[in-house]
Amino acid sequence: MSTKTYDAGVKDYALTYWTPDYVPLDSDLLACFKVTPQADVPREEAAAAVAAESSTGTWTTVWSDLLTDLDYYKGRAYRIEDVPGDRESFYAFVAYPLDLFEEGSIVNVLTSLVGNVFGFKAVRALRLEDIRFPLHYVKTCGGPPNGIQVERDRMDKYGRPFLGATVKPKLGLSAKNYGRAVYEMLRGGLDFTKDDENVNSQPFMRWQNRFEFVSEAVRKAQEETGERKGHYLNVTAPTCEEMFKRAEFAKELGAPIIMHDFLTGGFTANTSLANWCRDNGMLLHIHRAMHAVIDRNPKHGIHFRVLAKCLRLSGGDHLHTGTVVGKLEGDRQSTLGFVDALRESFVPEDRARGLFFDQDWGGMPGVMAVASGGIHVWHIPALVTIFGDDSVLQFGGGTQGHPWGNAAGAAANRVATEACVKARNEGVEVEKNAREILTEAARHSPELAIAMETWKEIKFEFDTVDKLDAA
Amino acid sequence: MSNASTMGDHATIGRYETFSYLPALNRDEVMEQILYILDNGWNASLEHEHPSKAFEYYWPMWKMPFFGEQDPHVILAEIEACRRAYPDHHVRLVGYDTYAQSKGHSFLVYRAL
Repeated sequence: MSTKTYDAGVKDYALTYWTPDYVPLDSDLLACFKVTPQADVPREEAAAAVAAESSTGTWTTVWSDLLTDLDYYKGRAYRIEDVPGDRESFYAFVAYPLDLFEEGSIVNVLTSLVGNVFGFKAVRALRLEDIRFPLHYVKTCGGPPNGIQVERDRMDKYGRPFLGATVKPKLGLSAKNYGRAVYEMLRGGLDFTKDDENVNSQPFMRWQNRFEFVSEAVRKAQEETGERKGHYLNVTAPTCEEMFKRAEFAKELGAPIIMHDFLTGGFTANTSLANWCRDNGMLLHIHRAMHAVIDRNPKHGIHFRVLAKCLRLSGGDHLHTGTVVGKLEGDRQSTLGFVDALRESFVPEDRARGLFFDQDWGGMPGVMAVASGGIHVWHIPALVTIFGDDSVLQFGGGTQGHPWGNAAGAAANRVATEACVKARNEGVEVEKNAREILTEAARHSPELAIAMETWKEIKFEFDTVDKLDAA
Repeated sequence: MSNASTMGDHATIGRYETFSYLPALNRDEVMEQILYILDNGWNASLEHEHPSKAFEYYWPMWKMPFFGEQDPHVILAEIEACRRAYPDHHVRLVGYDTYAQSKGHSFLVYRAL
């Protein structure tokens, strides 16, 4: 048996952490980083440095390295690839042994993979592009508290996307007026309304007062339409104790769904809340405030597909994904890639969609994709085509900006969505025939006709900042 | 100046989930939806219930789900038979998706008066 001797000093990372012959194990956690090294740092050394600093390494050799078997625990950079159309950066693929991470802890995975290494001097910029979570690790996570099928069964809605809206103005309404806005949208035909993420418990509307009035709005709309309704009561709070207090009260009121902001609230809070939701039969809507700080820069940070996978493991039944067509950033192919990662049980590697690895989710439930932000009736044909049935299409301004008010705005969105679903089922290419489908549907719905007239000119055609890498 | 005189009012009425905001589907349109269910490899099934109990999750099944039935005309005929047997009940057509272990489609094909 070979033994190692202690040799103090600084060694090239590549000697230990660059292992191009390594064949990753099924149980390894794999990561793909986009590395932009400092000038004069060779690719292999930069890749090895990332593997080292995100696993067992530090800048110098220490004697206690020899008390363990570092070959068992170290991360390994095992592949380097060019980034298409970009000569200063490259992709580094790193394999981490499963035992580096605490079971069921997204917190622990991220602390390692996107911890100190992101401030490391040898790289100018670093972006975590994708993670392959081995099924062994997936099975240690709770995942979505309910999942897509359970939500459909509880809400009794099949064969079409869900429709929702965020209550506007997002700040400043009294609880009773806020409940009025909710009631009008739900009676008009939406399935869900949503607290804005900024709405927690401010002086103008404390949470308890809001929860009570909103529950009354949901109850009455449900009774009058004969359809099941819900409002995402935002339980995001300054402390976990306060968060659970609000969640318990929502349950007491019979609310079917609550919401949480997973990045500002944090993964520890999110995972605990997801566990509570699973135990209490509560659906969990997840907002993603702060994501663009982390995911928008194509050279540095974390791609949203990673944050989406982390959320699926931490737990949530809905996650905002962008709309592709509305006011917020989102490349179509890339969005389709992480929407698959949220909903499907096996997602194959597909570089054209930004997916660097096969991902097996086993029996973990799926997450509904939520498209929200600057969308209105004219976008519905594209949204139904892009997102399919297992999604929530949310029209805030596109409901409440209707000239006849919230109920009419809601009805317009519902009519347009059902017309597109019906046409799709008949084999019609919905996006290509958008105008004909909507115009025909509007013959039976003055609400839709007015909505089409109101928003006919509004488009958001800015170029996407974070595009898929392509030559 | 108020524009109340040109504004419409949206009245709340009872609804029945998918397609209940569209005009009732005619025979040909129902046929298209049956074909959609069959093309997806789902099993068609019928449920019916009195309007007074329509909000409840479980409606009585009409016979059994039509496992393996590929002829849309058979399903159309069963819709008619169900209507005749329960003229005061709503009838809805369901497509059971075995992969999702859920309903892939569900909508009212006959609305009781």
